[in-house]
Amino acid sequence: MLGSGIINGLIVTAKNFAGSYHDPERMVTVEYPEQKTVLPENYRNFPFLITENATDPMGTLRCVACQICEKECPPQCIIIEKSKDKKPDATGKLQLYPAIFGIDTSVCMSCQICVEVCPFDAIKMDKVFEIATTDRFQDLFLDRERLAKPNSYYHEIHPVEAAEVDGRLLAERKAAEEKAKVAAAAKAAAAAAKPVVTPPPATP
Amino acid sequence: MNPFTPSAPAPFASAPGPTVRAVHDEFHGDLLEVSMGPQHPSTHGVFRMVATLDGEQLVKLKPVFGYLHRNHEKIAENTTYLGSMPYTDRLDYLCSMSTNWAYALAVEKLAGQAVPERAQYLRIIMAELTRLVNHSCLVGFLFNDLGTSFTPLLYAFREREKIIDLFEALSGSRMMCNYQRFGGCRVDPTPEWLAAAQQLVDNFPRFLDEYERMLTGNEIMLARTQGVGRLDATHAINAGITGPVLRASGVDYDLRKVDAYGFYAQFDFRVPLGAHGDTYDRYMMRILEMRESVKILQQAFKRLPAGPIMDPKAKLRGFRPKAGEAYGRLEGPKGELGFFLISDGSPNPYRYRVRPPSLINLTLLEEMCLGHTIADAVVILGSIDIVLGEVDR
Repeated sequence: MLGSGIINGLIVTAKNFAGSYHDPERMVTVEYPEQKTVLPENYRNFPFLITENATDPMGTLRCVACQICEKECPPQCIIIEKSKDKKPDATGKLQLYPAIFGIDTSVCMSCQICVEVCPFDAIKMDKVFEIATTDRFQDLFLDRERLAKPNSYYHEIHPVEAAEVDGRLLAERKAAEEKAKVAAAAKAAAAAAKPVVTPPPATP
Repeated sequence: MNPFTPSAPAPFASAPGPTVRAVHDEFHGDLLEVSMGPQHPSTHGVFRMVATLDGEQLVKLKPVFGYLHRNHEKIAENTTYLGSMPYTDRLDYLCSMSTNWAYALAVEKLAGQAVPERAQYLRIIMAELTRLVNHSCLVGFLFNDLGTSFTPLLYAFREREKIIDLFEALSGSRMMCNYQRFGGCRVDPTPEWLAAAQQLVDNFPRFLDEYERMLTGNEIMLARTQGVGRLDATHAINAGITGPVLRASGVDYDLRKVDAYGFYAQFDFRVPLGAHGDTYDRYMMRILEMRESVKILQQAFKRLPAGPIMDPKAKLRGFRPKAGEAYGRLEGPKGELGFFLISDGSPNPYRYRVRPPSLINLTLLEEMCLGHTIADAVVILGSIDIVLGEVDR
């Protein structure tokens, strides 16, 4: 019958219209500023730097200014300048730190490659997306003060991933301590054994 | 006749339809040149059609593109192999997962990199989900071009959004997934993710049934699409057209069957074929392909093996394939999507070339449109399925 296709279509439309009031499968919109959807754990937006201690963010940056992320960044939005001096990191080893660390978020394309190539787990992806500003130059260029966020914040936004990273770092740290202990013991043993091994020949 | 035989005739220039009139008499007015686009909602991006009209009939149509050119290939030649991966997301921004895979396929061929079994299955799942995203978007936009004022488009977008939410939960981004790596995938889906995906795929045929009930038998739609924008098989093959547009003309050519890349040889699915090569066939091709994709997805979820998702030999930093060249291609939702790479042993490719299905399918737009009205040209363009990010690169 001519027109039956149109009537069938209108039935579907009417069903959807009615369903948009009670059927949860068809109620898909969210009143954004008041309501918000829950972001998935893996959601990524822009990178941030991890600090060990929230009270001294600049002193405890995990970043050692190795500049791998700067080199690998596809749109080249990261700028790093190494420090002249060295500071002890969480394991007590002396390391360089970034004197300048900046990310131009107007260039960054949130690809996560800096996170993947970082051997120190120092840079991670943030979840903040309400970042509109009125100044497109100063406010979109994030320097290290604005990038630094404590490790507890990382645990808050990516709980599963952060637990895994912390576990791995702890294991590495323990292994390093064990190794240092073994090395120290060997050194001490060597030092203790030294006089025995090379006794001066007693000549009267 | 097998259209692939080299002896097949090549009547490339003999397009049917009227040609430009030379006579201007009192009964026929002048020809009118209309420039449609680049800022026009029906051209699917910054695309321009310079149409010459005789009354309402199109007598000439010149596609103009390049407004979105951003030097993709040259940028890729100056970045590392890995650094080009997020840029490939921006080629066809509706189907970043399969574009990623095509690029990874080319690089893996170049470097001789193996891919573990689980990653192969995950890639197939992502590629078929992408096909669902692309085709549901396409049919939505096609009806928008037909003048249905957004209702079918929003229904299609509702379903697309569910798949895209899955992509976001897995890869971190809705559209710019950046998910594939050379030698595997980046993130392993959790069992909850797989369950959610399975449920979505189970529900998808219901959406398709509802969608088809609403529109496939619609008389206005039939009148507007049947016999509009015919493309015959010989023409399509000679122009290098691939994907659903080619199959709508009745040519059985699907790289999933021809190349059987990845693990597609182990999957049981059929390739739908059209008979007339008109806009209606191209629409039905998308609907039928979505149904086949659902079938592939069901099989993939059933057989997904446990194991690593990344080859242990795969290198993330300092990736330098030895000198040589490779062409990796796959059946993208829009057609044959290929990447050609030449390596000279350095960290960046010496030459990087994309074979974009959108651009090559667009080349026969004039042949399809001649003799129709400008309103039909919009529908024909919609049925070809272009994304300007890929056309202009």
